Amino acid sequence: MATTSSPVAPPLRRPSANRVGLVLLLVLAYGLVPLVGTSYLYEAILTPFLALSLAALGLNLLTGYAGQLSLGSSAFMALGAYAAFNLSLRLPVLPLPVTLVLAGLVSALAGLIAGLPALRLRGFYLAVSTLAVQFFVAWVLNRFGWLSNDSPSGVVSAPPLVIAGLSFEDARGRYLVSLTVVSLLTLFAWRLVASPTGRSFVAVRDNETAARVIGVEVARTKLLAFALSSFIVGIAGVLWAFAYLRTVEPAGFNLDRSFQILFIVIIGGLGTLRGAFLGAGLIVVLPLLLSRLGAALLGDGFDSGTLEMGQRIALGGLIVAFLIREPAGLVALLDRAVRRVRRPA
Amino acid sequence: MNAFLAVDAVSLGFGGAVALDSVDLSVAKGEIHAVIGPNGAGKSSLLNAISGLYRPDSGTIRIADDGFSRVPTKRLAELGVARTFQNLALFKGLSVLDTVMAGLVHRQSAGLAAQIFGLPAARREAREHRERAEAVIASLDLADVRDRLAGTLPYGVQKRVELARALVARPRLLLLDEPMAGMTATEKQRMSGYIRAARVSSGTTIVLIEHDIGVVMSLSDRVTVLDHGRRIASGTPAEVQADPAVLAAYLGLAFDEEAA
Repeated sequence: MATTSSPVAPPLRRPSANRVGLVLLLVLAYGLVPLVGTSYLYEAILTPFLALSLAALGLNLLTGYAGQLSLGSSAFMALGAYAAFNLSLRLPVLPLPVTLVLAGLVSALAGLIAGLPALRLRGFYLAVSTLAVQFFVAWVLNRFGWLSNDSPSGVVSAPPLVIAGLSFEDARGRYLVSLTVVSLLTLFAWRLVASPTGRSFVAVRDNETAARVIGVEVARTKLLAFALSSFIVGIAGVLWAFAYLRTVEPAGFNLDRSFQILFIVIIGGLGTLRGAFLGAGLIVVLPLLLSRLGAALLGDGFDSGTLEMGQRIALGGLIVAFLIREPAGLVALLDRAVRRVRRPA
Repeated sequence: MNAFLAVDAVSLGFGGAVALDSVDLSVAKGEIHAVIGPNGAGKSSLLNAISGLYRPDSGTIRIADDGFSRVPTKRLAELGVARTFQNLALFKGLSVLDTVMAGLVHRQSAGLAAQIFGLPAARREAREHRERAEAVIASLDLADVRDRLAGTLPYGVQKRVELARALVARPRLLLLDEPMAGMTATEKQRMSGYIRAARVSSGTTIVLIEHDIGVVMSLSDRVTVLDHGRRIASGTPAEVQADPAVLAAYLGLAFDEEAA
């Protein structure tokens, strides 16, 4: 045996500063925000931010951790939303939390099936096969009217958010429901990526052959990643429809949305949980900043069409800039900034 | 002599090219067996066939008591076989500790829910695996880098991490594809020490591919020489070194290259 010092085992956990930060964030989100928030803050910023963060978190498990590219995120959001709508319509006895979990499971099952091509396809080709899921789900939702309760326009109102007899129908209530769901699922994702299963995700992503040799069940791992990711993305879809839009309609879940979620993951940082939140924050706040900026610069000449275009240009530019300058995303920028602040110059 | 690994008349071709031509290899339990030969002789192909990454066109491979025409890679770890790769095959996004713990994935029995909710069975298992990983990390002098991402380490250290990932499973058969490629003489010596220690501590049977003749001669009990996919010699280092066919095919060439 080689001479060694006895293994001193520093704790595996992350530095406790992160934990303190997380607790502060939760205190802020649950304690302070509901006291001072306005309905504009909840409806235009926080609730969509939470729903998009959750969707990006789900996609990041699949793409960032397990390395399987998907362009079908909004299809799974749609499945979750429509499953929840139909469950609450046809089985109104179910409490909302149960409906949420069941909707997630419907989406997870679809994810499992959508993941089957991943056993043979990789990268670009896999992405194209997930694109097929996107179009297929859109077709199904249009084709079968009963999914939208035979509404002529295909647009249906989301049921009120009532949990244990308490109504969360106002802006703040919907924010609090979203916050709770997102917090619980983030905890779930955090436990997952720290578990041996999470390790296997990364192993499959980084070197599939080596993973197979050490005994990772590659096919099972990929399908599990698809299912768990779709579970979370499906529930994000419920939040998007029930808590944010308050309507359920296929147009809310088009291909643009899938790309938006992928961009959030890329800008925020692949393979990190925080990245989903940072990226979603930027995506939600960006149009608001742009509209203020545009109105200040251009005055009346700045209409919604110009805003829409400016938004797309800014987003495209950001993505190119991140891919070239910082492929690890906002998380890497943040970490560097924190290190710089902590280290005395 | 009862062979722990027996490769019997294995042939393998890629299109028209012959990689292995009816190759035999017999490795006794607890032996360190080197496979040498010029570039393109079929050494890595042989290791890939033994680990099931390649399917031989003919012939059988017996590991312990199980014979295969194609070794099932999925079951490799269960069979007690671990390997390293010629060009590092690490998980660059995992820390060294996580990488080594991943080497125990085939022993994982706690289910997903148990892992996520931190049930006692999963916690106990995680602790056991962690202790085993820590022990291997310490024995390969990797404690200083245990929390670093594997992909950020110097090449020689990455080679050691890969060995640690293989050793943590306490394999009965360890396949090493050029474990010392690109290392300095000092690093090679250390690596030889780790490989010997692995055999002493767990009686592992080891097959290794190596180019450095000095290392091969001092480390291995027996040597098999391949050339153009065929086995041209097999025996103790001294026997092989004296074999005229080997001198012609390999050693002479190697010495020429060094002289040049």
